[in-house]
Amino acid sequence: MAADGSALLPGRHEPLPPRADWPGLYRAMLTTRLLDDRMLKLQRQGRVAFVGAATGLEAAIHGSAAAFTAEDWVFSALREGGAAVQRGMPLEQYVAHMFGNAEDTAKGRQMPNHFQCREVNFVSWSSVIGTQLPQAVGAALAFARRGEPRVVCAYSGDGATSSNGFHSALNFAGVLRAPVVFVVIDNGWAISVPSSKQTAARSYGAKAAAYGMPGTDVDGNDVLACYRAVKEAADRARAGGGPSLVALRSYRLLGHSSSDDPSRYRDEREVEHWRRRDPLDRFAALLEAEGLLDAAGREAMAAEVRGRITEAVARAEQVGPPPLETLVEDVYAEPPRHLRRQVIEALRVVAEHGEAEAVAGRFPL
Amino acid sequence: MTELTLVQAVNDGLKTKMREDETVLVLGEDVGPKGGVFLATEGLTAEFGEERCFDTPLSEDGIIGVGIGLALNGMKPVCEIQFQDFIFPAFDQIVSEAAKFRYRSGGMYTVPMVIRTPYGGGIRGGLYHSQSGEAYFCHTPGLKVVVPSTPADAKGLLISAIEDPDPVLFLEPKALYRSFRQEVPEGIWRVPLSTVREVRPGDDAVVFCYGAMVPVCERAAERIAEARGAAVRVVDLRTLLPLDEEAVIAAARACGRVVVVHEAPRFCGYGAEISALIAEHAIDAMEAPVVRVTGFDTPFPNTLEHYYLPDARRVVDALERVLDYE
Repeated sequence: MAADGSALLPGRHEPLPPRADWPGLYRAMLTTRLLDDRMLKLQRQGRVAFVGAATGLEAAIHGSAAAFTAEDWVFSALREGGAAVQRGMPLEQYVAHMFGNAEDTAKGRQMPNHFQCREVNFVSWSSVIGTQLPQAVGAALAFARRGEPRVVCAYSGDGATSSNGFHSALNFAGVLRAPVVFVVIDNGWAISVPSSKQTAARSYGAKAAAYGMPGTDVDGNDVLACYRAVKEAADRARAGGGPSLVALRSYRLLGHSSSDDPSRYRDEREVEHWRRRDPLDRFAALLEAEGLLDAAGREAMAAEVRGRITEAVARAEQVGPPPLETLVEDVYAEPPRHLRRQVIEALRVVAEHGEAEAVAGRFPL
Repeated sequence: MTELTLVQAVNDGLKTKMREDETVLVLGEDVGPKGGVFLATEGLTAEFGEERCFDTPLSEDGIIGVGIGLALNGMKPVCEIQFQDFIFPAFDQIVSEAAKFRYRSGGMYTVPMVIRTPYGGGIRGGLYHSQSGEAYFCHTPGLKVVVPSTPADAKGLLISAIEDPDPVLFLEPKALYRSFRQEVPEGIWRVPLSTVREVRPGDDAVVFCYGAMVPVCERAAERIAEARGAAVRVVDLRTLLPLDEEAVIAAARACGRVVVVHEAPRFCGYGAEISALIAEHAIDAMEAPVVRVTGFDTPFPNTLEHYYLPDARRVVDALERVLDYE
């Protein structure tokens, strides 16, 4: 689409999502933006410990996620939690995880922004960069071995392209022709390290050639372009054509996280340049030009989404932390005796000496 | 003398050594203009240039492997691993390479490098920003493992580590980075490796600890002193490998009652080594079984981390048990 979203540019556009789905795609992007806004507010109030916002990356995340079916699997990185919501994860689950409370499906073990949802095939992520990528290849291989027409979406950021996992994953996927799409969301900065210092390659998409797979570089702020490139790759994988790499060039408008101060390492003018290319504004302009959603419609949509977020937050604040006994659950299928003893011992100490005091420290980045 | 926090003392140690020795280099993720996520390397690129303090691509394996190469060829790299939890992609380079170069080459090639990394809980970092992995590395002959607990020790041990001819893993207790200030000597200041520090005197019982557990154990010892007048000695081990075994045995023998405290899981944790050392060399002087206060044998949690981490409450409980044992 045009840089200002005023129209589709001339040329080939297919595959595109059905026009009737475009307002829904915008709604997914808007939901992520509004969730991040609310979580950042809660973080500043000390009610949520950490937020890794996707602000500025909504087109890349949601355009790419829309290219997969409900049966496909998604391995995400830090900022693609909105894709789980787009795929049907309840907002209440999203918010409960941000609070790490007793309703968090991960039982409050992970930092915020480490989403999972089996119902929508969205796999749990660690914070260790690039580790999910070879795992995504294995999951894709399982689909292929069983003859199922399903593929895997493997997200990573620009920084992860330097990891061991990235190399192993692309090499294995190429050799094994695994039905996987590597979606690199290049947001320009790996915390404080710019993409220019991350690789000397011409582009992230160019790396695909060395692994014997197609690679493309796409305007990551054009939601329809993101969809098209990733859909082509997913269709190819589904048809037995093997893996692809799609690099979506976008920009992280905020800090690495709620605690990062990006003014220490990047120029505010660069941020301003990208702020004027906000992917939500751009898609909103196209939807308006196409007569699919006007300003009033957008306002109504935002009010409705905000209301749902408010409800989910209100609920999360009523829920306490997971009980102490959960500490030793899920280490193994069944807690071994030594772990059962340790939790009994912890309960004894609480009974005799009182509860533990909350930690004083704060997350630094 | 200047009053510094622990992280400022690390920064001061790096600057001091870099001014004195041009072969000292700093590399890692975000160590350049940002100054590291905890600001331990703040101002280094500005003062010494990108040649001597530089951001690397995001690969711990690369950081350590390149560090080894620099060390083999006459430089003194100080590699930063952003969180100890992220060190495992570099495990091979540390354990198979850095730790074994001297031995496998009969002393022909050596790796005088330092790997700095923040470890431990207390910042609501969840299971990938809170771990205490010292036991993995203490099981690796050829490495040295150092854990400061005060600003003065952080600077003095870091300078000794940089000057050491062998690879040193320097574990920084992130929970103590800004928790208090202390006077730190200016200029070159060395604290010898493989020496312990007596934090608090006493001979009714002794607590062996290190890193972020040191102030926790001090608080527990104070509470015991107030509650029952017992004098509990607190010993900061500060170099875990090679350990000053004689000092540990002597303190155990002098007190006869021992508690060992660490954040890491208990099973095969560092406390097991201390317990074994005492069983082998001081059992005849023991008046109570050794008690360990540790993290749970689980991954590190997030919401419940304050129950996972040993606190003064749990150390007091352990001290009561060893003091009351007859």
